[in-house]
Amino acid sequence: MSSVRVLVGTKKGAFILTSDGKRQQWAVSGPHFAGWEIYHLKGSPADPNRLYAAQNTGWFGQLMQRSNDCGATWDAVDNKFVYDGTPGTHQWYDGTPHPWEFKRVWHLEPSLTDPDTVYAGVEDAAMFRTTDGGTSWHELAGLRNHGSGSKWQPGAGGLGLHTILLDPANAARMFIAISAAGAFRTDDGGSTWTPINRGLKSQYIPDPDAEVGHCVHRIAMHPSRPNTLFMQKHWDVMRTDDAGANWTEVSGNLPTDFGFPIDVHAHEPETIYVVPITSDSHHFPPEGKLRVYRSRTGGHEWEPLTKGLPQQDCYVNVLRDAMAVDRLDACGVYFGTTGGQVYASADGGDQWTPIVRDLPAVLSVEVQTLP
Amino acid sequence: MIRVELPQHLQTLAQVGREIEVTVEEPVTLGGVLDAVEARYPVLQGTIRDHVSKKRRPFLRFFACQDDLSLERPDLLLPEAVVRGAEPFLIVGAIAGG
Repeated sequence: MSSVRVLVGTKKGAFILTSDGKRQQWAVSGPHFAGWEIYHLKGSPADPNRLYAAQNTGWFGQLMQRSNDCGATWDAVDNKFVYDGTPGTHQWYDGTPHPWEFKRVWHLEPSLTDPDTVYAGVEDAAMFRTTDGGTSWHELAGLRNHGSGSKWQPGAGGLGLHTILLDPANAARMFIAISAAGAFRTDDGGSTWTPINRGLKSQYIPDPDAEVGHCVHRIAMHPSRPNTLFMQKHWDVMRTDDAGANWTEVSGNLPTDFGFPIDVHAHEPETIYVVPITSDSHHFPPEGKLRVYRSRTGGHEWEPLTKGLPQQDCYVNVLRDAMAVDRLDACGVYFGTTGGQVYASADGGDQWTPIVRDLPAVLSVEVQTLP
Repeated sequence: MIRVELPQHLQTLAQVGREIEVTVEEPVTLGGVLDAVEARYPVLQGTIRDHVSKKRRPFLRFFACQDDLSLERPDLLLPEAVVRGAEPFLIVGAIAGG
């Protein structure tokens, strides 16, 4: 019988939740790396027992961890992230040049085919790769050295590369997103990159054709349609059907189109999920009601999903990496909150239940569907 | 042997107790002790000092014989009491936060 493993990164450690395919009873292990911020942990699609975790504190900096036994034991691997060549500068908040400085790893994306290959999105924004299971990390410097790099400016949370999508149909193609530089695509395995931000509109950017500068919060893809991407931008929910060449807004009837995560149903490529948040100055759900919104039409038309979610006095946030889906039938949907709850739906979002509810603030949620 | 006390998280990482001992060739300097700690416990590389610049991480402090050595140069000679093992060299996580 299939089973599910939910990997939860929090402000004070990592937790691993497991259940059988019914997804009714959950076992919780953790905290792993107690006291450390775990921005992200993720399993290898090629070897589900292989997990990687990004571990950080302001005191001791960045550590990287690898497990070969689905989180039972961990080994610290290389934590040396050194920018290629002379790093140069990006823009600071006030527009002045600021040296590139490594701060932390935001996101890990293991290869679809090789357990030893992992991509890491870091702050200040850059992409690193290991091909030896984390023993060494090397920058894919073509991204940061794209001609626009000196114009990149941090979002409120920092200049973080937070999204990495691997095209399952084309190993040379990847998509990434940076707050607040925008989205980029490579078609040659990471050597060169193209900004893919045409059609995005941001109130604070006067130039409607600006190549970079948009605060992209998250991008999602269904593996069967790698040319179609869905984006939760700072404001606006967007989609592209030409691999990012052009974006159109699909916010439709959402109560607010500000938010962080976005994800796609495992079996329905036009069914997408967002969690509307009141605004950039009010990082909590509108009216104190925690609602996931689902569109079965690839955007424009949205329905609130509320069963099992708190509908009064709820003022948590759901961060960009804190939503995931499993691949069971029916598709499970999961998200974690800054209040420490992880909610799950075993029926595509119709009904929700907290599968753990008093963790530290949740930073990331990933799901492994196991045979 | 030079005695070095580590903060709790670094004890966990290195899988050691509060105090470790490292061998440092004389003259025993601040930087020499940190080099020795990192050489014996590679998992601590990057957690006390930056990998490349070797600058102390901002929220860590160094003490010996009740003196704050955090701002001293790496070639600072450590006190004789530390060199002969009578006193430990302390790596302390700064009290920060709310």
